[in-house]
Amino acid sequence: MKGVRYYPGFLPLTVLCLVILYAPLIVVMAYSFNGSTSITKWGGFSLRWYVDVFTGPDAGRFGQAAWNSLTIALMAATSATVIATAAALAMVKGGRFRGKGASFALINLPLMVPEIVTAVASLIFFTAIGLTTGYGTILVAHMAFCIPFAFLPIAARLEGIEGSYEQAARDLYATRAQAFRLILLPLLAPGLASGWLLAFIISLDDFIITNFVKGAGMETLPTAIFGSVKQGIKPNIMAISTLMLAVSVLFVTAAYLINRKGQKTP
Amino acid sequence: MKSKMTTAIDIRDVVKTFGEVTALHGVSLGIADNAFFTLLGPSGCGKTTLLRLIAGFEDVTSGEIRLFGESIARLEPNRRPVNTVFQHYALFPHMSVIDNVAFGLKMQGMDLPARTARAGQMLEMVHLSDYADRLPAQLSGGQQQRVALARALAPAPKVLLLDEPLSALDLKLRQAMRVELKQLQEDTGITFIFVTHDQEEALTMSDRIAVMSAGQVQQVGSAQEIYEAPVNLFVADFIGETNLLQVEVHEVREGRATVTLPGGHRFACPSAPVAPGRHALSIRPERVTITPGADLSATVDRVVYLGSDLQVLVRLADGSPFTIRLQNAARTEVPGPGTRIGLHLEEGAARLLAD
Amino acid sequence: MAGGDTSWRPLARPLLIPAWLVIGIFALLPVLLMAVYSFLTKEFRGGVIWDFTLTAYDQFFITRGLFGDEAAQVEWTYITIFGLSILQAGICTALCLIVGFPTAWFIATRPARTRAVWLFLITIPYWVNLLIRTVSLKFLIRDNGPLNEGLMSIGLIDGPLPLVNTNLAVQLGLFYSYLPFMVLPIYAAVERYNFALSEAAADLYASRWTTLREIVLPVVRPGIVAGCILVFVPALGAFLAPDLLGGAKTFMIGSLIEEQFKGSQGNWPFGAAVSMILLSLVLMALLIYARAAAREGER
Repeated sequence: MKGVRYYPGFLPLTVLCLVILYAPLIVVMAYSFNGSTSITKWGGFSLRWYVDVFTGPDAGRFGQAAWNSLTIALMAATSATVIATAAALAMVKGGRFRGKGASFALINLPLMVPEIVTAVASLIFFTAIGLTTGYGTILVAHMAFCIPFAFLPIAARLEGIEGSYEQAARDLYATRAQAFRLILLPLLAPGLASGWLLAFIISLDDFIITNFVKGAGMETLPTAIFGSVKQGIKPNIMAISTLMLAVSVLFVTAAYLINRKGQKTP
Repeated sequence: MKSKMTTAIDIRDVVKTFGEVTALHGVSLGIADNAFFTLLGPSGCGKTTLLRLIAGFEDVTSGEIRLFGESIARLEPNRRPVNTVFQHYALFPHMSVIDNVAFGLKMQGMDLPARTARAGQMLEMVHLSDYADRLPAQLSGGQQQRVALARALAPAPKVLLLDEPLSALDLKLRQAMRVELKQLQEDTGITFIFVTHDQEEALTMSDRIAVMSAGQVQQVGSAQEIYEAPVNLFVADFIGETNLLQVEVHEVREGRATVTLPGGHRFACPSAPVAPGRHALSIRPERVTITPGADLSATVDRVVYLGSDLQVLVRLADGSPFTIRLQNAARTEVPGPGTRIGLHLEEGAARLLAD
Repeated sequence: MAGGDTSWRPLARPLLIPAWLVIGIFALLPVLLMAVYSFLTKEFRGGVIWDFTLTAYDQFFITRGLFGDEAAQVEWTYITIFGLSILQAGICTALCLIVGFPTAWFIATRPARTRAVWLFLITIPYWVNLLIRTVSLKFLIRDNGPLNEGLMSIGLIDGPLPLVNTNLAVQLGLFYSYLPFMVLPIYAAVERYNFALSEAAADLYASRWTTLREIVLPVVRPGIVAGCILVFVPALGAFLAPDLLGGAKTFMIGSLIEEQFKGSQGNWPFGAAVSMILLSLVLMALLIYARAAAREGER
């Protein structure tokens, strides 16, 4: 007798799901260690393409692109987290106020508008106000786009924190600022961390918006990879992809661990 | 004698509205120092709101709250020398037990050695010294409850507020904690203001009880006064089990009324000040005895076995249902269903109520 | 009486100001400006002339022949691209649901310990760069890629399957890109599902599949609808999958828009107009969803 949770065929579909999701990634990872210059023939295990990433002819271009990506993601995620935290405090703890619904819609606007539309709109906006597209425009566009991604986990975490903790602190002679700093902020920390991580990854991943607002000569890692792939997939791209994959896995693991720790302290 | 007692909390004409809803309609209440005072009422009666107004989590809409003569109604909660034990304890989940207990002392500016010592004493008082370094989530419900008590008592508040602190515990633990709480109040000499919807809890622990309903205080008194001399229908019905009969009132004089019972018997009993007419008569089931040829005649419907007691469900002459309680003693004679019996109302069994 | 914490109330609006400003200026204002641009006149080196006209929308829906002197007829080119995109996004949503629901259910019904592992496995691709995933897929399925080579070496096929540059490849790319978006919200819904409901249904003589249809699906519907929206909306405006995996015949809305902003060949008002039409479609879908959700909430 199998319980009500069992449905025949669900396990094979799950496995299929994982195969579809992983097969391309695993193949690319494997071929990144290919010793041959051809991307079709296997030429034995080698790290030559990893060496090529850091010392080859494209190293400078990709290095600069990676630096741009990283610094933009750091700044965009951090500012988006700060803005989203303030907004989440207002939306979750601020009770009812006029304009709350509109504020909620505004915060989530970047999620509702298709990314390509946001990209077009940003390009038009920056051109219309006469801003030179480049590093600055990418950063600003990312910051706005990342706010709802940071907002969601922070607001969700905040919803889960009962008002009585803060009241208990106030009851025990803490000022408003102390209650926030000593009680609410530590309890909110896992939400802040997942919000920041999500915003960081979203910024690091973004291709479409960046592609529109980057201007000439400015590259982030995704736009640089895209430009290179347009001329055919080269082995060094596979090495870069594998490295980025490793970074992503590192992030998921971090997020997972933070989340698990967060669950222990409700 | 009452006037000589110090008043810890003096509540005057407090009104609290939430938008369109009025939670408290002009409540006035004096709470004596060194007392175990209970706010008792059904959910939504305003008792928790009143507690939160004293703690400072809500602002009064109008009225005054004084703590030993000083107005506190407009002080921030951290400026009020009162502490709260929250319903679900609200122990800070990211702090150890001892840090929780020491939190209020730290906020008051006590230095680390002093507050560690004081918090240690408090934990000893609630028998949790061995758990000082645990996190709240690692404790049982009863232990968390003790930590919440220790935390609220550590800063030696002038008044301790308890918001249904026993409601999350199981029955055995709840009963044990009642005794312990009362003991703690007597030992510390701090005024406890205890909020509950559980009348048994209120009756067993309190020096004085305020019964609340619909945002108003219905009656204030000792457990005995409230149980035996309820002032109105709500109090009589809410506290304990009672029979309510609509009876004809002939005259009321010097606190006693003459009424006609179902079956025609004339009867005199203590009364609230009411005008002649039809009013509710409360008759406590345990103050009724079975004797032939007495105040009321009835037919037995069924007998319910309750262990220490027996509940006899009967029907009066006019057909209205009525309950009596007998002690399940060896000598108790239990009438079988269908038996016609007479009921005698002992002194204090019946009381005429205001509506 | 779990009353509100009044102390934050006066701070609500001040705390929202940064979000209002940043999103208002850098997300809402641009979209409004884009709406204005869609009514402007195109300039040849990219950009616009501030003359209001309906030319961009006219160009989208109506043709008057190559020299503009024939009778007005419906222009099918762009409507077809929209139709194909909607079809692709719709098929993608259906496929993601067919694979995603069983996956989400399966994971949510594992014991706590193994569930974390399964969930972890599903989340990783969600976090991996979409561009890298699309490039990887292209690498796998190209004519002399590992998939075709593998199939040929075991003798299943004689020559390489022409996958790249077909609608099938684009569909595969979309499906692969957005599958995690379907699994995660459904998983969240199934995790909250009260399995006693299934037991009650079984107790009342419902078969496994009847229970799924009559009880489970209606109860977890909010999760399913959320998943469908999270897949459909980005798939409709997708750019990477059609651009990298498709060819000239598999043009989707994303590529059409992108083309209007590339160099001197571009047509900004037309690009803005196409974006506006896409945005209206998406907002309409969201509005219908919000209405339905509100009606469900009332019940």
